[in-house]
Amino acid sequence: MKTSTNDMIMEVKNLKMYFPITRGLLRRKIGDVRAVDDISFEIRKHETLGLVGESGCGKTTTGRCILRLYQPTDGSIIFTGVDISKVPERKIIEHRRDMGVIFQDPFGSLNPRQSAGSIVGDPLKVHRMATGKALKDRVTELFKIVGLDPSMMDRVPHEFSGGQRQRIGIARALACNPSLIVCDEPISALDVSIQAQIINLLEELQQKLGLTYLFIAHDLAVVQHISDRVAVMYLGRIMELTDSSELYENPLHPYTKALLSAIPIPDPVAERTRMRIVLKGEVPSPVNPPPGCHFHPRCSLAIAECSQMRPPLRDVGNGHYVACIRV
Amino acid sequence: MAEKPKVSIGSVDAMGATAAPPRTSEWRRFARIFFGRKLYLIGFIIVAIIVLTAIFAQVIAPYDPIENDLDHRLQPPSADHWLGTDQLGRDMLSRIIYGAQISLLIGFSAVFASAIIGALMGLAAAHYGGWVFTVIMRLTDVLMSLPSIILMMLIAGMLKGGGIWIVVFALGFGSIPGMARMMCGQALSVKQNDYIMAARAVGMSNWRIMLTQIFPNAFPPLIVGLTMGIGGVVMGEAGLSFLGIGVQAPTPSWGNMVMDGQRFLMTNPLLSLIPGVAIMLLVFGFNMVGDGIRDAIDPRLRGVL
Repeated sequence: MKTSTNDMIMEVKNLKMYFPITRGLLRRKIGDVRAVDDISFEIRKHETLGLVGESGCGKTTTGRCILRLYQPTDGSIIFTGVDISKVPERKIIEHRRDMGVIFQDPFGSLNPRQSAGSIVGDPLKVHRMATGKALKDRVTELFKIVGLDPSMMDRVPHEFSGGQRQRIGIARALACNPSLIVCDEPISALDVSIQAQIINLLEELQQKLGLTYLFIAHDLAVVQHISDRVAVMYLGRIMELTDSSELYENPLHPYTKALLSAIPIPDPVAERTRMRIVLKGEVPSPVNPPPGCHFHPRCSLAIAECSQMRPPLRDVGNGHYVACIRV
Repeated sequence: MAEKPKVSIGSVDAMGATAAPPRTSEWRRFARIFFGRKLYLIGFIIVAIIVLTAIFAQVIAPYDPIENDLDHRLQPPSADHWLGTDQLGRDMLSRIIYGAQISLLIGFSAVFASAIIGALMGLAAAHYGGWVFTVIMRLTDVLMSLPSIILMMLIAGMLKGGGIWIVVFALGFGSIPGMARMMCGQALSVKQNDYIMAARAVGMSNWRIMLTQIFPNAFPPLIVGLTMGIGGVVMGEAGLSFLGIGVQAPTPSWGNMVMDGQRFLMTNPLLSLIPGVAIMLLVFGFNMVGDGIRDAIDPRLRGVL
């Protein structure tokens, strides 16, 4: 990478998250779900890194590892100069202040018995950043920032619409002025009309507050719109990582090509000529992934070597990384 | 996106909010739902009458509940003795009134003590999982595998003396495993929600998550269990008294009144029937109040009821 370490806010190296499968009374380990299987990437200051992939490819798990909601099996996560994957559970709270998270489900991610104001104020209370009047002022300010009426502070989440609830979630994520926000599919549970509002809000906040996003989604068009760089994940591994425009104009990995070919084109003439690459077969189980390249059983370019060794994520120029030996 | 006017982002939602119905106060809403249904209202009235009776027993009881009057034994209801007299000539009405005091005291204290301990055990088991869960849940399994009446007899028998607090302890101890079980089950299901994950991401401590996030959401379904528990404990006390190890004579409790009356079941059925009906009303009343509270505090029912 050309960028110096100063520009980086987070560096993830060889991150692995295996969930053990146990069976029987003695909880004997019989295998692992390899949700995230040795991935490395970095997030630069003030950028939006998109993370795309289909369901079960490990993108949400990656986000939760970064927040240390899961204890990674292996690898390091260097955030503001500290490897937070090694920080003991008791000390992790100090680092959580600099990280925010926006969840997918605006219905499930807010405590139904807490008022909206109290939910937004919680991070401030937990980190002892404000009390009393100052707390109330800050919460009011946060409500205004995300476009909510501060007079609705005493209402419970149930009384808000889906989009408003997601705004409460965003206000909570912003409360402690974090430098990094993990957006875990923040719009996929919303109506299309609300999606645009939330995307606009996130972009506006990024400009105003100088935020950095890790934007997890499965909607390629949305990711292209909001991201500076995009990482494509498949079965726990990063297949391709490059600038957003480069990825969409010049995809190199056969999986990325197949993914992009699935995006409908809003122009009916162009849409008629769109060539859809339909992948054969199903995504293999992360319990028992295929040897070598995880994608080779479904790849049209696969050769014998593809099943022999794991292709490294290599630079093919201009910060375009791809994990394929055939390109 | 930056060139977009900022107002447009917020205004759509702000409009939606103003269209929402005006907010009534928490207490008003609670009262509207709780008293809006006849059954809850009846339950509330029954419980209120019993509680007031217990509080003002000394004022309203026409006779001393303990003093014998052997000239007027086993009398049927009359103007002097509205509910008649028992085998020692004591006024039944006065004994029922004083009995309410004892029965409620035992019911409330046993249920609340066991609820606090049981809820803490259940919360801890659900939140920490692992060996904490195993130890606590196996312990409750052991306690539950003993028939509760035998467990209570064991405790009441071991701690001789027959004081009220020993009865409370025996009955409360018997209810702990049930409370722990209920709380644990509720807490485990609440734990699956994203807001618990969000609370952890915010940096909340385990204790804070347990008390501010899990407990308020796991507790309401337990209210029904608690109120039913009060009825159950009153019945348990009746059972213990019936076996002669509950509240000791001459102190009147509804349980030992049923027991005292059973010898005269053929000749004077009212002696058992009256305290029996009192127990029944109390259990019914508390069950209805429990259901009413559950409906009234559930925010998901807001606007529906």
